[in-house]
Amino acid sequence: MTGTFTWNLLADIRDMWAYDAMVNAFRAGTIVAVLAALVGWFMVLRRQSFAGHTLALVGFPGAAGAVWLGLSVTLGYFTFCLAAALVIAVLRTGGRRGYSEESAVIGTVQAFALATGMLFVSLYKGFLNGTTELLFGAFTGITADQVTVLAGVAVVVLAVLAVIGRPLLFASVDTDVARAHGVPSRVLDTVFLLLLGAAAAEASQITGALLVFALLVLPPATAQLVTARPGRSLAVSVGLAVLVVWVALFVGYYSPYPIGFWVTTTAFGAYALTSVLTGRTRSIPRRAAA
Amino acid sequence: MSTAPRQSAAPRVTGARVPDGPTAPPALVEIVDATVVLGGRTVWSGVGATIAPGEFVAILGPNGVGKSTLLKAVLGLVPLARGTVRLLGRPPGQANHDVGYLPQRRSFDASLRIRGLDVVRLGLDGDRWGLPLPGPRSRAAAARVRELVDLVGAGGYAHRPIGQLSGGEQQRLLIAQALARRPRLLMLDEPLDSLDLPNQAGVAALISQICRTEGVAVMIVAHDVNPILSYLDRVIYLGQGGAVSGTPGEVITAATLTRLYGTPIEVLSTSDGRLVVVGQPEAPALHTDRHPEHA
Repeated sequence: MTGTFTWNLLADIRDMWAYDAMVNAFRAGTIVAVLAALVGWFMVLRRQSFAGHTLALVGFPGAAGAVWLGLSVTLGYFTFCLAAALVIAVLRTGGRRGYSEESAVIGTVQAFALATGMLFVSLYKGFLNGTTELLFGAFTGITADQVTVLAGVAVVVLAVLAVIGRPLLFASVDTDVARAHGVPSRVLDTVFLLLLGAAAAEASQITGALLVFALLVLPPATAQLVTARPGRSLAVSVGLAVLVVWVALFVGYYSPYPIGFWVTTTAFGAYALTSVLTGRTRSIPRRAAA
Repeated sequence: MSTAPRQSAAPRVTGARVPDGPTAPPALVEIVDATVVLGGRTVWSGVGATIAPGEFVAILGPNGVGKSTLLKAVLGLVPLARGTVRLLGRPPGQANHDVGYLPQRRSFDASLRIRGLDVVRLGLDGDRWGLPLPGPRSRAAAARVRELVDLVGAGGYAHRPIGQLSGGEQQRLLIAQALARRPRLLMLDEPLDSLDLPNQAGVAALISQICRTEGVAVMIVAHDVNPILSYLDRVIYLGQGGAVSGTPGEVITAATLTRLYGTPIEVLSTSDGRLVVVGQPEAPALHTDRHPEHA
């Protein structure tokens, strides 16, 4: 971006952090990484990547609509993502394993969201530069207020996840038995979609609506390759996501290319390396909802 | 370990119900003249049966006759149209914490990266809200999980991701999961389904051993009675018009089954003691039973 890279990494970091914008970017990136890594871990386990991807895309019309109406972009992201989560939860036709219906519903929501986004963009003339940022991410414009909102939402989401985490794991792995044990699996489905919507809205603000996958899917999928212990797997997922964001921000600052590219490349690199090292060549569990 | 079927109650054709004698032990499960209607179809009607503590009971019958539905009715997951069910003297759904339920499987996806140990642990405290913090409770839970894994002989593979285990290994871990909270009744829905013959024999012997040593009553739904035949105390044979219960020797006979189904049925005995039931009707519309989400 703006910086001049030297091989003295410490000096480079000091140089980079002299800018408030970069400090805010690191704060926001770290918050988003932790949140996406934890919520994404459950998403990968539950094979709801398609829902996560759609919720992230819904952030695009949300943000575009907010810009068109002159409202806060952050508000636009959260409103649309949470509303879409509720729509998906409500439209899910009955049946605990109604995944085929679910993916049809999700696909519909996704197509509608993209179309609406483009409508908002065309309603708000002269928005084209912004569109790229909404889709592929930006980190220079993050304000201290935005960081506060991100942190506040993350705390709420993580608190809810901490409370429901264990029954959610049970219901995700073993729905029938969990229900026989009195776990309200339907309620948890909806609550989790809302958490996913919030996490996708947060991640969208760093990586853009199209590249949320890099944070929501890749670190958890990598962590699940590394270990089958839930606790360790969650920790590895968080560590990787934070590392990915930091490396991407650092490289992004010293390079002319967009942040979304670096986040995706780093995350995918870690996944590919791990697959090779652990000798597993399974495909990334994406869109496994079908 | 193989024991001959124990003699107990006389066969009862329910519908013409014979009450228990005054000295009968308090029943774990009591089903009286029960009828289940799902999606407008009567699955079965006029079914009655009792299960005493520690008994090993098989629920038998042709495909689609509603064997799984009987377990679900006892658990309160399926409503009764008529009749009553009592589980530990309480209405269905109120005593489920004393039941270890193993639904019709349900094999885990090969890419599921959760250890067998974790799946067993979920059976113990998976329904608790909040984070599992380290402490005495967590240590006790871990110890119980190790004990269960040893009980089912899964020590060699319980630490591996469950999706990568064989059907027999998964089934043993699921039995451990169902036993986690020291239930008084184990409900197993076709636990031998899709296992090869040696594994069927091994898992059947394991269930019987648990029934005897842990004093847990077992209700097992089976399509084929032979792998469990030598361990059974009683069988409940389901037909659409009702059920017959009694010892295997009393119930699995041409005369009793012909009466239950109203159509000529033969029971053949092979030289190695296996039973083959010939001529039992396959009920129509199997799908409601196999896909309980429509229930």
